[in-house]
Amino acid sequence: MKAAIRKTASRFRHTIGKYRVQRGKQCKSCSGCVVACPQGVHFKAGTRMGTPMDYLCVGPDVCKSQDSFCVEKCPNQALNVAINPQVKALGDFRWTADLLMSTWYQAETGELPTVDLEYRTGNSGGGFDKLRFRFPEKPLQNIPVDEIDTSIDLNKRGDNSHRITIAIPLYQGGMSFGSVSDSTMVSRARAAMLWGTFGCTGEGGYPEFLYPFDQQMITQVATGLFGVKEETIQRVRIVEFKYAQGAKPGLGGHLLGDKVTERVAKMREAVKGSALFSPFPFHSVYSVEDHKKHVDWIKAMNPKALVSVKVSTPADVDMVAIGSYYAGAHIVHLDGSYGGTGAAPDIAKKNIAMPIEYAIPKVHRFLVEEGVRDKVTLIASGGIRTAHDVLKAIALGADGVVEGTAGMVALECTRCSSCESGRGCPRGIATTDPELAELITVDWGAQRVYNLYASWRKQIVGVLQQLGMRSIRELVGRTDCLRHLDYN
Amino acid sequence: MPKKYHIKPTPAAPHFIPVGRSGIIDFEEDCLKCTTCVKKRCLYDVYKNRAYDAQTLVDSIDHQCKNCFSCIQNCPRGVLSKTINPEFLRMGDDYWKPDIIHNTWFQAETGKIPVSGAGYRGPFSGPGFDAMWTDMSEIVRPTRDGIHGREYISTAIDVGRKQHHLEFDASGRLLREMFPLVEIPLPVIFNTLPFGNLGKGILLSFAGAARQIGSLMYVSPEAYGVFLKPFKAQLIPLLPAEGFNPDAEILDGVKMVELFYVPDVWQRVQQLKDRDPQRVVSIRLPMNSEAKTIAADLALAGAEVIHLFADYRGNEFVDGDNPRFVKEALRDIHTHLVNASIRDQVTLIVSGGIALAEHLPKAIICGADAAAIDLPLLIALECRVCKRCTAGKSCPVKLQNLDPEYGSQRVVNLMCSWWSQLIELMGAMGIRDVRRVRGEVGRAMFFEDLERDTFGAIFGGQKRP
Repeated sequence: MKAAIRKTASRFRHTIGKYRVQRGKQCKSCSGCVVACPQGVHFKAGTRMGTPMDYLCVGPDVCKSQDSFCVEKCPNQALNVAINPQVKALGDFRWTADLLMSTWYQAETGELPTVDLEYRTGNSGGGFDKLRFRFPEKPLQNIPVDEIDTSIDLNKRGDNSHRITIAIPLYQGGMSFGSVSDSTMVSRARAAMLWGTFGCTGEGGYPEFLYPFDQQMITQVATGLFGVKEETIQRVRIVEFKYAQGAKPGLGGHLLGDKVTERVAKMREAVKGSALFSPFPFHSVYSVEDHKKHVDWIKAMNPKALVSVKVSTPADVDMVAIGSYYAGAHIVHLDGSYGGTGAAPDIAKKNIAMPIEYAIPKVHRFLVEEGVRDKVTLIASGGIRTAHDVLKAIALGADGVVEGTAGMVALECTRCSSCESGRGCPRGIATTDPELAELITVDWGAQRVYNLYASWRKQIVGVLQQLGMRSIRELVGRTDCLRHLDYN
Repeated sequence: MPKKYHIKPTPAAPHFIPVGRSGIIDFEEDCLKCTTCVKKRCLYDVYKNRAYDAQTLVDSIDHQCKNCFSCIQNCPRGVLSKTINPEFLRMGDDYWKPDIIHNTWFQAETGKIPVSGAGYRGPFSGPGFDAMWTDMSEIVRPTRDGIHGREYISTAIDVGRKQHHLEFDASGRLLREMFPLVEIPLPVIFNTLPFGNLGKGILLSFAGAARQIGSLMYVSPEAYGVFLKPFKAQLIPLLPAEGFNPDAEILDGVKMVELFYVPDVWQRVQQLKDRDPQRVVSIRLPMNSEAKTIAADLALAGAEVIHLFADYRGNEFVDGDNPRFVKEALRDIHTHLVNASIRDQVTLIVSGGIALAEHLPKAIICGADAAAIDLPLLIALECRVCKRCTAGKSCPVKLQNLDPEYGSQRVVNLMCSWWSQLIELMGAMGIRDVRRVRGEVGRAMFFEDLERDTFGAIFGGQKRP
């Protein structure tokens, strides 16, 4: 499969859109609307009109101003366009309906939506949603887009380990075998490979179907050590220690018994049907010295591997970061408290640890003061929803980000948050149910995620161009490029 | 090690179809009656299991729907539609929000911690308790095994006056007598209700639950009746300011009693202590601008327990538009007592606005030893916070007919879930004993502080209100 944007439509009959276009019985299939609408909402299926593709509708105001309003053009008054009432039931404060719909659109087309949707920020009322870019009136220099570099280095220690550069400033968050379907895992891994970045096995073991992606895979060593073997450590170029997860900081992981199928149990060397806990913390790590011992093990097994340390965001996250660096980590990965999960107590998701927007500048500043900032790659995750979140995280001080939920939304996750209920995800994403998993094909899924990243990259390049920067690396820590709506 | 405390939940299905967030509009018109109907293919069998309650005129579909949109998106004719159930949005008020009510129902039914997939869905921060986060310890801390049973995390507290230090005579005997203490295994006491006093079924539900979980409940003399006599060990009579009678029958056999604060309250405390020195006497003090001075005076005078109460939405009682929330007022009072070097001797109970499990540890971090809760208990019994009862109208869930056995199970389930969640947060904080959570603001992060240290430091200038 050659890497390119390809239009990849929804699997469903109706894509939810901002507007709802209804066709009444008066319609005489005259095709007047097909001619009128430049968005392709109306089309003819045989001799009759097809159900309008109303998610493409840009709304009456735009159409009226362009004299292309189908409702007015219809000689039989058969059409009606209105805001889609369903949208109210979609989304939440962090992932608004607009963000969901615009992410779906980007995954379908690789482009920003033509419909008037807020695709940059959510409605949480804080953090990224209160930050905006402060663009110079005129860029200091006019840089052609194809000269703008979005790559970042993952080994800044300059030691003998792999020198790895990823083409876009993001890689993928771990989603374990057993928590998402095989086709979801492969889809994501393939998209990562096509973009020259990395996927991650999560903590559920290293399934064979990911072997073709070894060179672009991160494997996780989490507290349960599920499926961790010398052989899996040696497969990859990056090993990630998962100390904590932002959605449930300090609580470890919990795979419900229903999801521990025969295959999952085998992969994790456990018993079918019994719930599996990843304890908290690593029972062999109670100090930075213990942590170094862990890092040394990895280096003994795979001397050239990069080591990433994924931690959550406690009040002393800066100390944790510097400790991780001195223990030998190449990457310090901060997972903020509003991050995604397959299942976590609501009380933990809401209340424990700080949002990533506070943790990034805190750690960045501290590493600068300690004089080691340019020796470590700082990666942020936990609430990175859009290309603008990526850019803001970097401007606050990260080198790059880890993406998780956005890629799921590209696969048509609605964030209904029932990942853990019954047979699992109704969309075939977070499920081990074989019938549900068939809802996603790898070609479709990989292309959707690929398209989303393509759209993100274009936006990143666009912002860098406006800021007059040649490389994403110039943006790191440039808080002067940001403004906050609550501050003058 | 003491015997491990445990609350056993038993599922107690609701008697009335709960008001669900989702609203599905199922048009029959235009339906193709196709054989592969999306309704049949619903992953959660919502359409198959839907029931219609003829009494309340409610379709259970809205309650069961999990908002996946699959039927909506796949119906060939698009005859299914979704919205947010307007009745859901109308529940409660702007403090007791529909989500809180719904979340409480789930816990009262199952006894389980609400768990869901995907990340947090709510606003970045919010008013009151939503403007603080609890901390976690990355590595140095007790293990999660405390949550799953191999290690002990204690949620017990002693209610009463504590000695500042012990003094012994030459032969090693204690020089001063110890004060009486009432130990409760969970820092929660059942408060009187701000409204919804619909009869003895409710009181018996609370009393039964208090007995099962080893806690205490307040009862006013006018609500008290013989039916509560078997529960004397659980009762804290709440004596009104008017008509104080230190010899009332309600006081016989109780471990603790509470008085409304009046200027001469200390005389009343003395009268009660004279009659039974082993009975703990608490003083109920409204949170207002004088509260911290009065609390310090009472504590210095020897008060055993002070119950600081805000209104049922957590606001202190002050004139004007800007009452402080219980979190700020409590921190202020707690800090004042710490500065007066008297905090450790007195027990502080707080009430008003404690609505969710997370509010309990947060209130304790802000300085309380325990919280008294009110509306969550009533919501556990299926109350919808419609407040019709305050206008003398009928209760939509017929709480006047409540079966106490069912009611107490619902309350026990809720407390089981709160207890589990308290342990989750303590586990993450790395604290094994709830007594050490008290006033431990170092294990919490406050929105204002983080904003100032982060965005204030970066963007400077004045934060817009």
